[in-house]
Amino acid sequence: MSESPVTHATFAIERVYPAPPARVFAAWASADEKARWIGCHPDWRTVESSMDFRVGGREISRNQTPGGEIHAVETWYHDIVPGERIIYSYQMSVGDTRISVSLVTIELHAAEGGTRLVFTEQGAFLDADADSTQREGGTGTGLDRLGEMLEAELAAV
Amino acid sequence: MLNQSPSLDLVFQALADPTRRALVERLTRGPASVSALAQPLEMSLPAVMQHLQVLEASGMVRSEKVGRVRTCQVEPAALRTAEAWISERRTSWERRLDRLGEHLAEHPEQPEPGSAP
Repeated sequence: MSESPVTHATFAIERVYPAPPARVFAAWASADEKARWIGCHPDWRTVESSMDFRVGGREISRNQTPGGEIHAVETWYHDIVPGERIIYSYQMSVGDTRISVSLVTIELHAAEGGTRLVFTEQGAFLDADADSTQREGGTGTGLDRLGEMLEAELAAV
Repeated sequence: MLNQSPSLDLVFQALADPTRRALVERLTRGPASVSALAQPLEMSLPAVMQHLQVLEASGMVRSEKVGRVRTCQVEPAALRTAEAWISERRTSWERRLDRLGEHLAEHPEQPEPGSAP
């Protein structure tokens, strides 16, 4: 029996943007651009942020929740084809606990009226305690709803 | 909120084993007796029952004994909790990609090449 379960999962998300692939690519390629849309938690304080967008380059983002926990995302860029494709891996950790390691492929396809973006994440999701990281996030997440659901279930037992 | 972690832990722990995943898969097709579950698995009845106990502890499976036959069935609600944190990750990315769309709509011009290659 495994004491630290790993769940493997793959998911893909598609979006069509009314902008050419080069424009969409730029939104991923520059730190200034990316900062405009990537953040999920406006109440988190940035502790460290750096981005080296080139093959072999690394990106680090460390943020502190209002409760004082450090959330870190470390990214390694593996493949970059301007205007077409970005492949990177990233790991997420909370404090000293790594909660996931994933491979992400961003594909940009010229489509009628703009760009079709396909985001695919293939991940090893490590620690179910990851939900604890969301408790102080303050931005009403799916995990909060999950917590309510579990509480309702436990109450019903 | 405090009691959600143990429950999620048990769900992930239960699903981390291939035999238990096979049992869950079988049970999603409908309730089955312990001996029927054990039959295709080529393992002893006590070993299967041990796996079922882990599944029951996680809340994903419940069983009921009628006479000499113990029948198991899945608890769909608990199964969904295992998917929930993966779907949370998915939801975060959906929100980000929507914000990317808003950003592109507000700033359609190509940015000055700076840190971009």
